[in-house]
Amino acid sequence: MSKTGQEDRPKVKVEEKLFHNRYLVDAGRPHIKVHPHDKPSAALLSLTHVCPAGCYSLGDGGKVEIVADGCMECGTCRVLCGPTGEIEWNYPRGGFGVLYKFG
Amino acid sequence: MTAEHFDVIVVGAGPSGNAATYTLAKAGLKVLQLERGEYPGSKNVQGAILYSDALERIIPDFRDSAPLERHVIEQRLWMLDDSSYVGMHYRSDDFNEERPGRYTILRAQFDKWFSQQVRDAGATLLCETTVTELVRDEGGRVIGVGTDRDGGKLLADVVILAEGVNGLVGRSSGLRNELEPASVALAVKEMHFLPKETIDTRFTLKGNEGVVIEAMGTITEGMTGTAFIYTNQESVSVGIGCLVSDLADKGCSPYELLEAFKNHPSVKPLLAGSETKEYAAHLIPEGGYKAMPQLFGDGWIVVGDAGHFVNAVHREGSNLAMTTGRIAGETVAWLKEQAAPCSKVNLREYTRRLEESFVMKDMRKYKNMPSFLHRNLPLFDLYPRLLSQAAQTWFRVDGVDKRTKEKEILTSFRKGRSLSGLFGDAFKMARAWR
Repeated sequence: MSKTGQEDRPKVKVEEKLFHNRYLVDAGRPHIKVHPHDKPSAALLSLTHVCPAGCYSLGDGGKVEIVADGCMECGTCRVLCGPTGEIEWNYPRGGFGVLYKFG
Repeated sequence: MTAEHFDVIVVGAGPSGNAATYTLAKAGLKVLQLERGEYPGSKNVQGAILYSDALERIIPDFRDSAPLERHVIEQRLWMLDDSSYVGMHYRSDDFNEERPGRYTILRAQFDKWFSQQVRDAGATLLCETTVTELVRDEGGRVIGVGTDRDGGKLLADVVILAEGVNGLVGRSSGLRNELEPASVALAVKEMHFLPKETIDTRFTLKGNEGVVIEAMGTITEGMTGTAFIYTNQESVSVGIGCLVSDLADKGCSPYELLEAFKNHPSVKPLLAGSETKEYAAHLIPEGGYKAMPQLFGDGWIVVGDAGHFVNAVHREGSNLAMTTGRIAGETVAWLKEQAAPCSKVNLREYTRRLEESFVMKDMRKYKNMPSFLHRNLPLFDLYPRLLSQAAQTWFRVDGVDKRTKEKEILTSFRKGRSLSGLFGDAFKMARAWR
């Protein structure tokens, strides 16, 4: 199997990457919501790693929480958790959200 | 409530939406284009390579005004293991031609330019407007859209959905299903800025010459995926993408993969001293022909990424987007000319024209590739390692005779994959390629 693996990957703070980006945050109107749950599915849990903006984290009592301010609107979480019904995903209102300078 | 009526509403101002809108406006139709971003391109991400042919068929003299970065004179294909790459490079001075076929571009700038051409052609563009629903008549026929702006519905004879990979409007309206995690790749990308002379020196370039590097191997840790490095004028685009299903199963952070790729000994010197100015993420529909949704219906057509038009093997997408957008536009203009309604039966002409073009021919040709590549651990891990070992054995001069070296190499392949495994992989590959 692979010699490289999670342990060997260089550690990096995603916040430092997101810092380069421009956003217009729609304060108080998050476009993605995690529904209340007791125990997250494997798919929802995986988002704490897979989300490229690090929006998902493990909170109190092993529940998954989201702060969508750094979201790049890729849709990965909807593809994974749309079927489980654990999240609600919309585009931000027109004009809000990520604003790519280079794309 | 009286709503303004248009011949066509196009949802989205990416390559497919712009191609469709431009074609329709040039044909003299009254077109409204809706874009949720602050400006066209603000939500769009691509590597990005522009293929001239697709754009030339829409705007023949695009080279006179489009913001192009570099024309590609060299293609490098790399198979990486942890410390090496085995590469095939093709570089030709023939690519220094009057009308080059491939350019690197920055999508935010390119999309703005394309959108200006669209507006100059006479179409109306409304930005900062998210389409929230399709409006239908009693018979179920699509007759317009609803948006998140005040002011009611917008009506048209036909709606062209150029809404990109997420395609929320079409999905929430039941036109197509949610993407399968194994049919879509998540790619992340960074823009690294360097002085032009530094890029020229590091990649052996002059003038506007550019290099494209596509890499696969242990960098994706056995997951199905690839990485890339594209040279722009004063920046280098660096990215990596893997299937969403693989990332989820492995619990892998894409930005950690990107960091590992940037730190690979073959990549690190190319980026040394650069300043990062943007980090982007985007989905790529890579399920191929078998993942394609219904492409048209009563009063609607789907184009570009929303229609799953991507040739993952050849890293083509924006050219398929522009081509499907253009053909959708031409089809609608043709129907309008005959005063024929954009009904489901009449819009079958759209797919008939797609079948005649390279679009559906290529989609069909590779219809078995996604399932071949999916979970193909040897291809993304074992083979890159074996190849690198073989090359190293072959090129080291260390007193071992050549026949012994040959034997060593053959044994490593047999031990790694067994003879039947090797033949099986070759057979499956050939079958999927055909």
